[in-house]
Amino acid sequence: MLYRVIRRTLSATLSTHRQTAYNNQDTPFDFTEANYKEVDSILAKYPPQYKRSAMINLLYLAQKQCNGWVPLAAMNKISKILEVSEMDVYEVASFFTMFNREPVGKYHLQVCGTTPCMVRGAREIIKTIENECHILKNQTSKDGLFTLTEVECLGACVNAPMIQVNGEEVYEDLTPETMKNLLDMWKAGKEPNVGPQNGRKNSEGPMGRTCLKCEPQAAQFRDFAKVKEDYANKKAEEAKKAEAKKAEEAKKAQEKK
Amino acid sequence: MPNSSLNNNPINMLHQLKRYFRASSRLLNTIEVFIDGNSIQVPPTFTIMQACHKAGVNVPHFCFHDRMAISGNCRMCLVEVERIMKPIASCAYPVSPGMRVKTQSEMVYNARGGVMEFLLANHPLDCPICDQGGECDLQDQSVVYGYKQGRFLEYKRAVEDKDYGPLVTTIMTRCIHCTRCIKFSEEIAGMPVLGTTGRGRETEVGTYIGRLMTSELSGNLVDLCPVGALTNGPYAFTARPWELRIINSFDVLDPMTPAIVVNTRGPEVMRVLPRIHDEINEEWIHDRSRHAFDGLKQQRINACLVKTQDGFKEIDWEQAINMAAEKLNQVSGDEVVGVIGEHMDLEAIVAFRDFMYRLGCENIEARRHGIQVSADFRANYLMNSKITGVDESDLVLVVGTNLRTQHPVLNARIRRCVTQNDLKVAVIGPSESLGYDYKHIGNSAKTLKEILDGTHPFAKKLEKAKLPMLILDSSLLKREDGEAIMALVQELGNKYKLVNPEANWNGISILNSSVGNIGALELGITSKHIPGFKPKIVYLLGADNFRPEEIPEDAFVIYQGTHGDEGAYRANLILPGAAYTEKSGTYVNIDGRVVMGRLATSPPGQGRSDWEILRALSEVMGHTLPYDDLQEIRYRIAELAPHLVKYDYVEPYNQTEWITKAKKGDVVESVFADQVDNFYMIDAISRASPVMAKCSAAFNHLKNSNFVPEFPNR
Ligand code: SF4
Ligand code: FES
Ligand code: FES
Repeated sequence: MLYRVIRRTLSATLSTHRQTAYNNQDTPFDFTEANYKEVDSILAKYPPQYKRSAMINLLYLAQKQCNGWVPLAAMNKISKILEVSEMDVYEVASFFTMFNREPVGKYHLQVCGTTPCMVRGAREIIKTIENECHILKNQTSKDGLFTLTEVECLGACVNAPMIQVNGEEVYEDLTPETMKNLLDMWKAGKEPNVGPQNGRKNSEGPMGRTCLKCEPQAAQFRDFAKVKEDYANKKAEEAKKAEAKKAEEAKKAQEKK
Repeated sequence: MPNSSLNNNPINMLHQLKRYFRASSRLLNTIEVFIDGNSIQVPPTFTIMQACHKAGVNVPHFCFHDRMAISGNCRMCLVEVERIMKPIASCAYPVSPGMRVKTQSEMVYNARGGVMEFLLANHPLDCPICDQGGECDLQDQSVVYGYKQGRFLEYKRAVEDKDYGPLVTTIMTRCIHCTRCIKFSEEIAGMPVLGTTGRGRETEVGTYIGRLMTSELSGNLVDLCPVGALTNGPYAFTARPWELRIINSFDVLDPMTPAIVVNTRGPEVMRVLPRIHDEINEEWIHDRSRHAFDGLKQQRINACLVKTQDGFKEIDWEQAINMAAEKLNQVSGDEVVGVIGEHMDLEAIVAFRDFMYRLGCENIEARRHGIQVSADFRANYLMNSKITGVDESDLVLVVGTNLRTQHPVLNARIRRCVTQNDLKVAVIGPSESLGYDYKHIGNSAKTLKEILDGTHPFAKKLEKAKLPMLILDSSLLKREDGEAIMALVQELGNKYKLVNPEANWNGISILNSSVGNIGALELGITSKHIPGFKPKIVYLLGADNFRPEEIPEDAFVIYQGTHGDEGAYRANLILPGAAYTEKSGTYVNIDGRVVMGRLATSPPGQGRSDWEILRALSEVMGHTLPYDDLQEIRYRIAELAPHLVKYDYVEPYNQTEWITKAKKGDVVESVFADQVDNFYMIDAISRASPVMAKCSAAFNHLKNSNFVPEFPNR
């Protein structure tokens, strides 16, 4: 029980900022030249009065630039770019768990802990990582290589249990052994193959591929050009009819006179 | 508690109606809705909650607040609407014709009970040690909707307390995330420093980076918070609401005279809260109004004192009065100067005026260094557009004042209009952050001249504006070229539509800095400033903000007042007076509104109401003033100026015509400086207040330093 309590307290990421030497208002941050171009292309996607819609994209960009985390100075910079208050950016950055507001290790291991993965053994995977790297959830290993976090479903439930690394690559169909294997490879500086770790191809079932064997046919598309033409024709016809009717009425009216 | 006296006054009602028609005619179309079966007519813009309130049905709520945007996140206001399956958050749902709302059905009770259960899941049950206990919305509503037992068996969460400064204590574990404080800081105070960070169970309300809440209006957060998460720092653990006596009064530390409630327990003032008064302060007061009252318990003069070789010696009233009389008898009237202090009530000013005139002294000074324009007509020294004029105006030009530190409550009103009515603001003078976007167009009277010539780009805007306003700080009129500035402003008023008799509009609003000042002007007291004149006796009536060099070395100084401040320091004889919470007094605010401050406690020690002291002194001197009680002195005021006994009312005056024209002259083009360098310490009371001292240490250091302060890292 006590263990559970301690785990619980430790597992919480802080919702407030802690002033540190490496992360405060004065730490220098600016987007790189290349990223500024990216910023411009992101901003171009939104109407100028709704600039703030670009906030998540910019935060993600900043996170990429800073090796996996968003420093406070980056948030302030983004608030300047988007012309919103600093607090608005803090709110968004702290709401989404995919933004790290503290530095992470070289490999940020995000283990899915949602029901399907959990049923298939996500807890063992977490335990393996904890034991191998000597860290608990939300901690970074001493050598600076690994950070472990538990996240919600990443949409690869067919290949449960799975982990995502640095928000990009996924490693699926894990067992404690394969997980350990992966960790060893990273420690040795090697890059393991992404995808299922049990020899399975994509998300094929145990009997291999059983359906959809032929070449996929081209999807059936509506011929929009024709639809448009039809529509235009119909309109024109209607207009003609209406005109004819009008003319007739005018004639009648004259006859009456 | 809405101010009902306001609506009872027929003349006030007329005024309100006028504005009502000007504001909108669309309010007049109404639709019919049914609240608990009773039909009621409401405007189509109403929400269900507003309709319920109009029907007299109370809907419990946490996040909804009249004066702020709807956020709809507490869900306490759920009601049932016929033909809609789910309960509806009434604060955020507009009415539609024929809508049938049920507020007492079983579904509603269950829904609200569920919301309450969730709120209480993480709310600590520490009511016995919580300052909000007894006036807590959550407590009250859980009596009605709370289940007798919670089903939440997990651990409650705990949240780190935040540091908002010495005025607002935070116990954030109690926060129910209604976001009222966030909306306040963003919408009213104009400082978007608060927000919700984190998600789910880890959600916190705070500043994220641990900064202070440096708004002059920060005290209002405490009133807004429906639970005990934000509580009144200085008042912490001192009293319970049911022990307090409620005295409805007006504050005089702010020349706007916001409506306040003074809470006392026994002989002691425990706290000051704002009262709703739509035509003055809406619902807010600034931190000095709210917290400086503890200066009334410090540095007080509670006995008559006379200066001797070895310091001040205590004497009794008889000796003191006799000594004053003797001194005053020794000189002729024109060798005496009277100075009226900034918090003086009309009663004291009238008594002082009569007394001095009887002595043959006409040299009474009420304004620190004297406004240089004629005070014969109210339009010359009052806010001609009225405080509510801000709501109607479409362009405001602020001249020579930093509204945020000098008139924070007025500034909040302007901010509201900037966001709601699309009001545009331009500033000539100090360019501090005001909490909204404004245009800084100049620093000195030169810009005014350019606008008058039409050479300044702002002139075009002023031309186009329908009801423009020019807010002028009275400190500019105290400069040597005060009259010339006034002349310039009057010319501006005539050239542009600042003064517009057709619309019954005069947008030239002069912001006076103290009620004592306005009161004296209302009673026709203007100083004769004779350069080089050396009085033999100076009578300071609660006057502390004077320049010491104005009083000659050898003059005998009588100080009648409340605090051991500048005045008492220089005095030879000290008579203990009463402060604004200790006497019944009437005051005139910057609008020309007469407000009545009520006696909440009695003055400490031998202190007496100021007019009583003057009455006694006059009797000893043989010039007995002809009034013995408050009623009689108010008759005397009515005799001098009948409009000064119509309470909570602004006597209409011909404001659209300058009866006296200020003399034109050369305007010095020096920069309009900020008049307030320390918002927290302006007068004798706030200088004596320990809370204000703490604030000034905590906040001004932020203001005055160029480097980023160390954030507390707890
Ligand atoms: S601190 Fe108070 S006002 Fe602010 S969100 Fe929490 S409960 Fe609401
Ligand atoms: S549950 Fe793990 S990926 Fe969906
Ligand atoms: S008052 Fe309606 S949701 Fe809070």
